[in-house]
Amino acid sequence: MATLASRGATASHDGDAGRTLNLTLQVWRQKNATSAGKMVTYEAKGISVDMSFLEMLDVVNERLIARGEEPIAFDHDCREGICGMCGMMINGIAHGPERATTACELYMRHFRDGETITIEPWRAKAFPVIKDLVVDRGAFDRIIQAGGYITAPTGGARDANAILVPKADADAAFDYAACISCGACVAMCPNASAMLFTAAKVAHLGHLPQGQPERDDRVLRMVEQMDVEGFGACTNIGECAAVCPKEIPMDVISYMNRDLLRATRRKDREAKTSNE
Amino acid sequence: MATTIAPPTVDVSRRALGGRDIVLDAKIPSGPIEQKWEKHQFEMKLVNPANKRKFTILIVGSGLAGASAAATLAELGYHVTCFCYQDSPRRAHSIAAQGGINAAKNYRNDGDSVYRLFYDTVKGGDFRSREANVYRLAQISVNIIDQCVAQGVPFAREYGGLLDNRSFGGAQVSRTFYARGQTGQQLLLGAYSALSRQIGLGNVDMYPRHEMLDLVVVDGAARGLIARDLVTGEITPYVADAVVLASGGYGNVYYLSTNAKGCNVTADWRAYKRGALFANPCYTQIHPTCIPVTGDHQSKLTLMSESLRNDGRVWVPAKAGDTRAPHQIPERERDYFLERKYPSFGNLVPRDVASRNAKEVCDEGRGVGPGGRGVYLDFADAIKRLGKRVIEERYGNLFDMYHKITGENSYESPMRIYPAIHYTMGGLWVDYNLMSTIPGLFVAGEANFSDHGANRLGASALMQGLADGYFILPYTIGDYLANAKLPKAETTHPAFAESEAEVHARVKRLLGIKGERTVDSFHRELGHIMWDYCGMARTDAGLRHALAQIPQLREEFWQNVNVMGENTELNQSLEKAGRVADFLELGELICTDALNRTESCGGHFREESQTADGEALRDDEHFSHVSAWEYTGVANTPALHKEPLEFEYVHPSQRSYV
Amino acid sequence: MAATVALYRTSIGKKTVMAVTGIILYLFMILHIYGNLKVFEGREKFNAYSDYLRTVGNPIFFRTELLWTIRVVLLVSVILHIVAAVQLTQRSVASRPVRYVNKKETDATFASRTMRWGGLVIFFFIIYHILDLTLGTAHSGTYQQGDVYGNVVSGFSHWYVTAFYLLAMLALGFHLYHGVWSMFQTLGINRRKYNRFFRGLALVSAVLIGGGGCVVPLAILTGIVS
Repeated sequence: MATLASRGATASHDGDAGRTLNLTLQVWRQKNATSAGKMVTYEAKGISVDMSFLEMLDVVNERLIARGEEPIAFDHDCREGICGMCGMMINGIAHGPERATTACELYMRHFRDGETITIEPWRAKAFPVIKDLVVDRGAFDRIIQAGGYITAPTGGARDANAILVPKADADAAFDYAACISCGACVAMCPNASAMLFTAAKVAHLGHLPQGQPERDDRVLRMVEQMDVEGFGACTNIGECAAVCPKEIPMDVISYMNRDLLRATRRKDREAKTSNE
Repeated sequence: MATTIAPPTVDVSRRALGGRDIVLDAKIPSGPIEQKWEKHQFEMKLVNPANKRKFTILIVGSGLAGASAAATLAELGYHVTCFCYQDSPRRAHSIAAQGGINAAKNYRNDGDSVYRLFYDTVKGGDFRSREANVYRLAQISVNIIDQCVAQGVPFAREYGGLLDNRSFGGAQVSRTFYARGQTGQQLLLGAYSALSRQIGLGNVDMYPRHEMLDLVVVDGAARGLIARDLVTGEITPYVADAVVLASGGYGNVYYLSTNAKGCNVTADWRAYKRGALFANPCYTQIHPTCIPVTGDHQSKLTLMSESLRNDGRVWVPAKAGDTRAPHQIPERERDYFLERKYPSFGNLVPRDVASRNAKEVCDEGRGVGPGGRGVYLDFADAIKRLGKRVIEERYGNLFDMYHKITGENSYESPMRIYPAIHYTMGGLWVDYNLMSTIPGLFVAGEANFSDHGANRLGASALMQGLADGYFILPYTIGDYLANAKLPKAETTHPAFAESEAEVHARVKRLLGIKGERTVDSFHRELGHIMWDYCGMARTDAGLRHALAQIPQLREEFWQNVNVMGENTELNQSLEKAGRVADFLELGELICTDALNRTESCGGHFREESQTADGEALRDDEHFSHVSAWEYTGVANTPALHKEPLEFEYVHPSQRSYV
Repeated sequence: MAATVALYRTSIGKKTVMAVTGIILYLFMILHIYGNLKVFEGREKFNAYSDYLRTVGNPIFFRTELLWTIRVVLLVSVILHIVAAVQLTQRSVASRPVRYVNKKETDATFASRTMRWGGLVIFFFIIYHILDLTLGTAHSGTYQQGDVYGNVVSGFSHWYVTAFYLLAMLALGFHLYHGVWSMFQTLGINRRKYNRFFRGLALVSAVLIGGGGCVVPLAILTGIVS
């Protein structure tokens, strides 16, 4: 899982608390969904290395308000890397230079004094910009609504230990269920494809015995919805997995492809037998 | 120093303040505690399946309680509309819960039972919760695990394929189910998937990026709400037959807390101002193992699982003002204060005790790190004893998280921790059916005053949220709807127009002030007042001081806040301003409640009420009740109503961890 | 059948078509490169081998029948491969209407990022290659029907022909390095435990086929074959 490694932008410094940075920010500003946006340059002076990236934006926003300018809108909520609400392209990389790290968990000690930082929203047709760095990721919810669940109405469940789940399967299911739906995979993909996101859910439920009855329909419906939303096509480049804050591996994509092909074969076979 | 208990210091008799004549009937079913819920389930009226579709239920919040209620009510056939302020229902802050969820499955054969979970929870809540509710919670805990496993929640398993359990938060049995350090996330995703299915089927209308700004009460019953679309600014009335608030806790009144930035009290507060009573607001829980503050820029605090205290040793330098690096401080000049003061429980004392002791040593000038507000949590001995590999296996993800935030490597130097506001046990008062004092207004999860009394045990919040949503509300709302005989409500009713006009006026007012200070600066200042005077330890003088300061700050807010932008588009400053305005009123209520409760209990520690060893001293004679507050106007002292608590099964005893 | 048709409508279905046609073309390339190396056996044997390709399958197939069958399969594969690629590319381009001002790469290999450009180079190469050595219409030098050996040698005695062939083989190598691995991924054959093996197989394929394609032109350029 997560390691203490950096993607190599800058090494982390121990014991440099209190150090400050003077930065130049180039931020995408866009008033609303319909207006055109542009990059705007801001000076961010005296930024403590102990600030998170979002705290740095908070400070910049406080200064903007003091100057009578509208603050930069950006999505954020838990600020501990689990809700998946935050996300922005920082210097051309989704969530910035640190591996397995969301924007809210990225700390300013990973930047150099005097550095220019570009900040852009996720860009994809399926993620339209609402304002500044805020995008609409409703497409992800609709993919889940199409089939990313196990039909288990409340009350009908058997005892939790009635069905055994091999530890390896439970662990694998967890690895894939760790997705936080932040959209970094789409943002970073040269094709703006949502394969890693969709496949993570298919692989999570596919690894559990409870997920088997709906397995074929699930993958067929989710893939269909993924295409309807206007995401691009996967070319197996792997940028998605590289920026995934939860380190969902690329092999889930292979897993989903396998499930889809099998589901297709089974559907055709079923159709044939029902015709006979 | 054992002190004598002073009588209540605030004049809060309802006659003096013109509160309504409210009888707080908890509607606890009769009969032995083991049979109350079953009997009640049978006695509750059912709604004809064909009629369910005709009932609309509005649910505010999509966390564990909200999402599970929305999914289950929709499965039953009700028409459900669900709102959340985040961009997706999957982001509610339940997602951040790390540790686990309790259930009295007794899979370990280690002596657990429904009764024991009930007993532990009542005792853990310091005898300030309702026995009947807690017993039901313990009963239902068993079904929750079954339900979650059926949904595909990937709980930790053993090699034989059975579910794994661990002991958590000092419990003497292993009853905690977990999914690595992300149990809340996985449970929420389970509820979210059930909700998503219902949305896909058209049974739930989901409104993300919407915030409830008022409750609409028609002829005394909750009949709808006013919500603002956070993207377009549109303010829309919604009509319903029942409203459920599952909008979480109010920890952000302290500005810095482990809550998500958006967590707020607005939904609860609007209901309070429309007549719902607010119970036990002073019961706030402080979590001892959070990463300390680094400066004024700090926007939130990050919690690290309490499990760290299983192997980490808490210490500070023995001498005040010792600024040496930790490894330069020799063993004899360290004070392992928890081990010293509590030889039998050591580093595993309950959350409130650990927190208070950390504050104490920092107050003595022995705190470590920036600003001196931190204590060491040291793994050197554990690494020596068990090896780095074992520690990495157990806590690797937490060490990584700590490294990300602080840049420090805890395998080499000790972590620094400090307590932070984590959970609020108080909330809107509800009866056994989870209905507030406004008929048709139900409150679930952290938003209600809950089953945790004055202190919540670890791994119990997830259990309560899901119990409320999956297994309690679907019954009790049905009973209400079957009995209520509600007339048809329309948005044309004057009550809707009135609420809508008020919401519009408030938004306009906030945008029109155009003062000098930012919303955050007010919030931060409020947080300082709350933390300093109504935090881990509270005194009469401190609370009175806070009660003098908060109204002044609130007044300044309404004169001098600067909210940029417009109402007609996404405006995060405006969202924050509305929430902070409510916190500025809530803060006063919390301090009023804290001042009134002159005893110490659970998360509420009054310095005047402690034992000779400095432990919390309850006053069961005067305070064995729920304090439920009634709104009587912003400038007025709220009216206090009491629901007496009776303990038939678990007899109050003083906690002792020495 | 309905489900299979529905599959093609999905982005993954089109990728599947690319993978399956990719396998056909990949297997063909292995045989083609292996055959090419017979040029080192000398004019007689090489010309005999190329003539044999026309009679192979006899007597079930008459002269050039099997060859044409294979040619049709290859042509259809190439067309499907390209059509699917174009459709997917259009989809991907449309999926990001506003581009980033600053976009970096992290783990993407050069090969994976240049699949479309490499594919384009290979496409033009195939056309040229057929015109050059199969039809002879674009041959640099004198084209002699039947003297395959002579045509190869005369063609590659021009440096620019050799240079273009080498460039195309380089593109093919990169295309295969990503494509072969991607094929297993797309068909759902790849798994975490096999990943290294498939990456290795892709590398070996790229080096042997891309490199193998360079051997003949280089041999002629250096005078080893003349």
